[in-house]
Amino acid sequence: MSYLGIVALVAAKDLRTELRSREQALSLMVFALLVLVVFNFAFDFTILDFGSLGPGILWVAFIFSGVLALNHAFRIEREQDRIEGILLAPIDRSAFYLGKVLSTVIFMGTVEAVLVPLSAILFNQSITPRLGLMVLALVLNTIGFAAVGTLFAAITTQTRRSEVLLPLLLFPAAVPIALAAVRATSHILAGRPFARYANWIYMSAAYDLVFIAAAVLLFDYALQE
Amino acid sequence: MRAMPSRILIALTALAVPVSLHMALVVAPTEEKMGVVQRIFYYHVPSAFMAFLGVGLCAIMSALYLWRRERRFDIMAHAAAELGVLFCTIVLVTGPIWARPVWGVWWTGEVRLTSTLILWLIYVGYLLLRENAENREQAARWGAVVAIVGALDMPIIYKSVEWWRGLHPKVLKISGGGGLDPSMERALLVCTITFLLLFATLFLERVRVALLEDEVEALEHAIGRRPAVAAPASGPGGTRS
Repeated sequence: MSYLGIVALVAAKDLRTELRSREQALSLMVFALLVLVVFNFAFDFTILDFGSLGPGILWVAFIFSGVLALNHAFRIEREQDRIEGILLAPIDRSAFYLGKVLSTVIFMGTVEAVLVPLSAILFNQSITPRLGLMVLALVLNTIGFAAVGTLFAAITTQTRRSEVLLPLLLFPAAVPIALAAVRATSHILAGRPFARYANWIYMSAAYDLVFIAAAVLLFDYALQE
Repeated sequence: MRAMPSRILIALTALAVPVSLHMALVVAPTEEKMGVVQRIFYYHVPSAFMAFLGVGLCAIMSALYLWRRERRFDIMAHAAAELGVLFCTIVLVTGPIWARPVWGVWWTGEVRLTSTLILWLIYVGYLLLRENAENREQAARWGAVVAIVGALDMPIIYKSVEWWRGLHPKVLKISGGGGLDPSMERALLVCTITFLLLFATLFLERVRVALLEDEVEALEHAIGRRPAVAAPASGPGGTRS
């Protein structure tokens, strides 16, 4: 089986499990929505401008629900030691890693695909112009978050305190993603020319490349028993 | 018993600390605009150097550990990370003490402050993760992964915070534009050397303690006070608690 085939297989397995149990996506979505609602109360948007606060609020929601998704990512494998099967399988472990990144990106992407239009309604914003750029910013930053997050989650899920340890490690490491995502999103919402925020898009892309490459090399050490 | 070089190092450090205090508090002239509080600078800046030294050393030793799998590299990585966090904490404490009278605020979103705080958070996470490992080998492997990711991340974090703040004013130009007075420079140099000695002493002592711990463990194991440490009660396929 080809390398990419294995990546797709791992991701497809996670998605199939999810489609059958439906425990993950729905709760993630409701949780992210709850974060938006809380912020909707915390700040009075009849006075404040959504353009300045909105992107930050959206990304807080995505990052929080992303951590929940990542904490869950290896739980299926950890329960009843299914991970041993994967470790024994004659596949490249980095392919397993990339498959996990892919399924996490899809989970987070589903949440984002629902939340972004919903927040547009909730905060009276129009997102239809520049939808392509919006999707680009979402995808690039979600990949970066999932790339580092999946590597760290593979480690923290082996401890008894993964719920705390994962965000503790991941949030500081994902600072560039959070900043790039918020800045790019607010420029896009404000309808500014691409050149104004191109550096943020490039930074996200660079972050993705650096940490996917690093994680492909390091993932084996994270799992080794 | 301590080895001779280690004793000499401790003695040198013990001598250097009062000398550096004398240089920073007495010899160096009082800064015109900021006054006495500026003297904290002589400990603040060397601490920042040592924090970076600790973090850099940790990343190098971590990479060496993953490559060679020798325990001594992990002991050194761990010791370097602990010292990095220690000196980073000193930086984060002395910084606001200086900033409050000079800038009028304890804290600003300035790029160096923010990235130092993030650096501190990453390595505190590193130490906490190691605490939560079940055995030394696991702690070493996980720590190495996090340390390498952290080191790769630092330049990107710095750049992103810098862009986030926009064009940042050069507020940290300590002596207000001009270079440092030669006697101030000398004091800074003496303090930096002192901190280097202090770093080296603490580093070697920390490594020594870790090696002694290993020895104690091996002895306890030998006389049967402890269940076999490395026995993989689980093996690949067994249970993890």
